[in-house]
Amino acid sequence: MNYEIDKHGFYGSYGGAFVPELLFANINELAQNYINIIEKEDFQNEYKSLLKDYVGRPSPLYFAKRLSARYNTNIFLKREDLNHTGAHKINNTIGQILLAKRMGKTRIIAETGAGQHGVATATVCALMDMECIVYMGEKDVKRQAPNVARMKMLGAEVRPVSSGSKTLKDATNEAIRDWINNPGNTFYIIGSVVGPHPYPDMVAIFQSVISEEMKLQLTEQTGRDYPDKIITCIGGGSNAAGAYYHYINNKKVELISVEAGGKGINTGMSAATSVLGSDGIIHGSMTKLMQTADGQIIEPYSISAGLDYPGIGPLHAHLIETGRTKVLTATDDQAVKAGFLLTKTEGIIPALESAHALAALEMIEFSLDEIVVVNLSGRGDKDMETYLQWNTTDIIPD
Amino acid sequence: MGKIKINNIFGRKENILSIYLTAGYPVINSMPDLAIALAQAGVNFLELGMPFSDPLADGQTIQYSSNVALKNGITLEKYFDQVARIRDKIDIPLIFMGYFNQLLKFGIEKFLSNCVETGIDGMIIPDLPPEHFEKKYKEIFDKYDLSLSFLVTPTTTESRIKYIDKLSSGFVYLVSTSSTTGKIDKFTNEQAEYFKKIKNLNLNNPVIIGFGISSRDKFLLANKYADGAIIGSAYIKTLKNSANYILETKNFVNKILKK
Ligand SMILES: Cc1ncc(COP(=O)(O)O)c(C=O)c1O
Repeated sequence: MNYEIDKHGFYGSYGGAFVPELLFANINELAQNYINIIEKEDFQNEYKSLLKDYVGRPSPLYFAKRLSARYNTNIFLKREDLNHTGAHKINNTIGQILLAKRMGKTRIIAETGAGQHGVATATVCALMDMECIVYMGEKDVKRQAPNVARMKMLGAEVRPVSSGSKTLKDATNEAIRDWINNPGNTFYIIGSVVGPHPYPDMVAIFQSVISEEMKLQLTEQTGRDYPDKIITCIGGGSNAAGAYYHYINNKKVELISVEAGGKGINTGMSAATSVLGSDGIIHGSMTKLMQTADGQIIEPYSISAGLDYPGIGPLHAHLIETGRTKVLTATDDQAVKAGFLLTKTEGIIPALESAHALAALEMIEFSLDEIVVVNLSGRGDKDMETYLQWNTTDIIPD
Repeated sequence: MGKIKINNIFGRKENILSIYLTAGYPVINSMPDLAIALAQAGVNFLELGMPFSDPLADGQTIQYSSNVALKNGITLEKYFDQVARIRDKIDIPLIFMGYFNQLLKFGIEKFLSNCVETGIDGMIIPDLPPEHFEKKYKEIFDKYDLSLSFLVTPTTTESRIKYIDKLSSGFVYLVSTSSTTGKIDKFTNEQAEYFKKIKNLNLNNPVIIGFGISSRDKFLLANKYADGAIIGSAYIKTLKNSANYILETKNFVNKILKK
């Protein structure tokens, strides 16, 4: 099975660039140049040195002893939460802004859901002295207030989006329209492995540092460069793509993607794309998405703004379709519980997104000699208000 | 009749006017009445827009009308019903305008055959890329007598314009600006140069200018540079908060055509 893109940007039957002609020149310029620029030595040097000295990589691979004891197995946490700005998102924004600079762009636009990608973009724009505009659904502006404040302090303009469901999908539409209206000087930094080719491939490349480090760290700590299982949450799927990247062709590694079940798969309030979705086009990419019989895109729901997206990246659609990854869903409840559990057993408050991956630990039978990596994609500071709204006496596990 | 019917409107009359309207807007059943009023007022062909939840290529006005229409309960079933009712009453070419996901989800063959049966003559699908169309869907489309118009923009290279012309039928849709619909209010010198450049390419298909045409002056200019003009946002705007949208429609067309 081939998991690489073909020359038109397809993973099997998923991907491509289904964009209006208005966007063709922008996309084409990027598609023609990204690989050449990324592979250049000076790019790699600058990228790697920023990841090390600015982001703080490599992020630790931490053996979670008490959590492991609870589930009778060996659980390692890949600590993307310890990155500068608090999530994996910055691996990608550093890469894309270096690309933007080399392509002579001066104005940066981005979409954001949880605000993590917006913050990571505003951060690198401050670092590189570039103009920064972040589109964010009105609903998300309200529920992720601390990140809105951070973006503003970093010098970004946050534009609230009031169209459609007022969340991530609509912010993405608005960013794409901005790019159409401002060809030439503008670079669109997408926050996940979604959108038209070459974005899914490019973002996966920038996030692949996660599994690159995992190989070295696992070798050091376990004597073997691969785990038995990798568990990740997927919104668009960028932290998952990064954690899977160097293991996709190693069939000994089981890849488990956790989607946001919201209030429950059959409640009409869910973001479990691969369960509820079917093939179609969202944001210029052929993939799996939640849609009506008429092909209208359905407004998703999740407690976690970063997973509140009605599609998944085309790579993941392909991995799921070919049986390479297994998909589980975690409800709001299960995720919040898992978040409290990690806090209590390991002293780490995870992002609500990452808490979905942790919730899967309850659903899987492990053996004592297994090695399991959970990609802890981000930290929970931004989610404190949501966590504290839950009736904690009910859910704090013993 | 499809393709021939569209071809027949060009070269016979001086100024060609096409109007875009959103199905389900301003009210769920308004499209047939509006379409008939537009035809009677002298519009040469119609673009019947099927609203999409995520219309990437549209500006605020058409996004707004699409949103309202979806809230009003427009569906593909109702759309096709209304198209059939329009076809019963008027003879001018009717063009489907919508997004590719709507065809994919419905089933492409079934969609195209519904179009033909209800009286659609041609298609505009802005997010269907010509390369992908040629590789994967041309054969299917060729089975149906429907024109298919691809878009050309100021950023489209000359060789690509020729390629797009080759794959298009009915007409080529010339987007007047690198911008989502309805943003600008006059043509710049740059735009005029771009229109002239296209004219000098002598494309096989007639060329229709769309996006941002809002006045009689621009309508006439577009017809000078090309074979016709499409008005969308400017017309949709007049329907907002209108007490009598049929009257509003007639007045709008009369102003453009100066009758
Ligand atoms: C901490 C964290 N994890 C995961 C995600 C989901 O994105 P992706 O699926 O692209 O990793 C987000 C998105 O905002 C996030 O902030």
